Amino acid sequence: MIEYNKRNIRTWSLLGPSGAHGTAAIELAETNPNVLMLTADLCFFSGLERFKSAFPDRLYNFGIAEQNMIGAAAGLAKEGFIPFVNTYASFCTSRCADQVRVNMSYMKLPVKLIGLTAGYAAGVLGATHMSVEDLAFMRALPNITVISPADCTEIIKAVIASAETPEPTYIRLTGPQNTPIVYKEDYDFQIGKAVTIQEGEDVCIIATGSMVYHAMQTAKLLETEGVSCTVLNMHTIKPLDIDAIMEANEKHKLLVTAEEHNIIGGLYSAVSEVLCRGGIHTPVLPVAINDFFAHSGSYHYQMRESGLSADLMKEKIIKNLSQ
Amino acid sequence: MSNEDMIKRCGEAAKRIRRNIVEMTYGTGNAGAHLGGSLSMVELLAGLYVGPIRFDPENPTWEERDRVILSKGHAAMALYPAMAEAGIIEEKELSTFKKDGSRLGGHPSLNGLPGIEFASGSLGQGLSLGVGTCLALKRKRNTESRVFVFLGDGECDEGSVWEAAASAAHYGLNQLVAVVDINSIQYDGYTDDVLNMSPFENKWRDFGWDTSVIDGHNMAEILNAYKHKGDKPFVILAHTVKGKGISFMEDNWKYHNASLTEELYKQALEELETAI
Repeated sequence: MIEYNKRNIRTWSLLGPSGAHGTAAIELAETNPNVLMLTADLCFFSGLERFKSAFPDRLYNFGIAEQNMIGAAAGLAKEGFIPFVNTYASFCTSRCADQVRVNMSYMKLPVKLIGLTAGYAAGVLGATHMSVEDLAFMRALPNITVISPADCTEIIKAVIASAETPEPTYIRLTGPQNTPIVYKEDYDFQIGKAVTIQEGEDVCIIATGSMVYHAMQTAKLLETEGVSCTVLNMHTIKPLDIDAIMEANEKHKLLVTAEEHNIIGGLYSAVSEVLCRGGIHTPVLPVAINDFFAHSGSYHYQMRESGLSADLMKEKIIKNLSQ
Repeated sequence: MSNEDMIKRCGEAAKRIRRNIVEMTYGTGNAGAHLGGSLSMVELLAGLYVGPIRFDPENPTWEERDRVILSKGHAAMALYPAMAEAGIIEEKELSTFKKDGSRLGGHPSLNGLPGIEFASGSLGQGLSLGVGTCLALKRKRNTESRVFVFLGDGECDEGSVWEAAASAAHYGLNQLVAVVDINSIQYDGYTDDVLNMSPFENKWRDFGWDTSVIDGHNMAEILNAYKHKGDKPFVILAHTVKGKGISFMEDNWKYHNASLTEELYKQALEELETAI
């Protein structure tokens, strides 16, 4: 049984999102005989080397052939297994778009898709390996649960929780190795239920994935300027926690959405859609990638260039409040 | 039952299936249906569904059933009457084909129709589903079931088919039987002109499959091919005629997807009636 103690949480952060994924895979294998891991020549990169040693007959490597991997996963799912499929986020979503659409969305087969290095984590490899549009695509598909965990602890919780639901699921892994820690101790994680990290009065930053930590940093910076912030971890993008958004709408004078994703189709869109339905609402300020493809560059460089770092986020919010 | 009797029985079923295909198309009115590629695979389906298939209509999720995947989903109009021959659905339901609210859509879908393992329609995906299903059977130590995947020759243009072919051989999936309906015509013309995939049999062999090239309208050859057992995945390369059985449709790309006037409908039925 996995222990959510301080030591483990620090270790998972050091291992990074892939390592956390591998840790969850071992836990699942030990507790659920139907769980299988599928990869497309990324066994080690996806953090499954320990899994491979411990459960060699439960790991399928399909080579660099992602479309076939998704189809094979659907076949395994139909026969009662729980296949976790991993590759770079861009290759398991846009590359296999039709396989995901037909097998997971249309047929509702409970394949669990793990999108590695979403956002800028693989920034040095260039735009082919940065997935900045996966939320938009996956969110538009009926029947698929979309989760974007905030840190390595939440990755483990999300992966384990996804095995317990019959829903086809996409889990988007963001953040670099030495992943910033949002949760220093155990907490209650439920798919579809946002988590309030801190409560404030003026601004509510609704953040997802890696941006939850940056939102917390931003809130600290804003505090020094007399602006009090709520930070909401919207780890599930679909189904969206509408109640949490409506509550934030009522209690604050500005909502900010923060995501390591394109400004179109992701969290900003999802939150705005909910608020528009309600008529009069608080303004929503997006912190997101402003509809462009970045060229090769380090994670932190990319984050700054896109205005996603805490200091730039703070400036944007202050500017908005003073208008 | 003797082999001769089985050949005869399957042949009679094929005749009924062809007649049903004409009726179903006419029933769609101006909408039309995929006649050519349905008529070309009638014997292949009749041979399986009246022949060796392991399927209990009373228990359609029986673990040891054979799984059938119609990867060329546009030939659903041949599949449904073949399923009726096996008693999986009632023949009277065929008249609902492509009607609003029917279980018998233009492509198979997971809408509660027994015997449909997967939805299809987007080409090039069925063989991967077959690979996953066979991996699952192996994990469950189910050595009795086979997984039949019906593909079109035009469909084999899709790269994903060859990804699946490679992985089937890699994992030694000898319960996997691919049946390629080689009617030599795809939407835009002859397959050799649109995208020449020859030498086709060599490709499958080079990907690590056992192969058998047959006349896809010869029931004796079909039933014999279905008896194959080996250590590798197995592909039946069935040479067929698009629009088979109706003179004005045979080898005519215009009948890939078409409707029938009353006059042509009557002519088609008459031809099928008088065929030996």
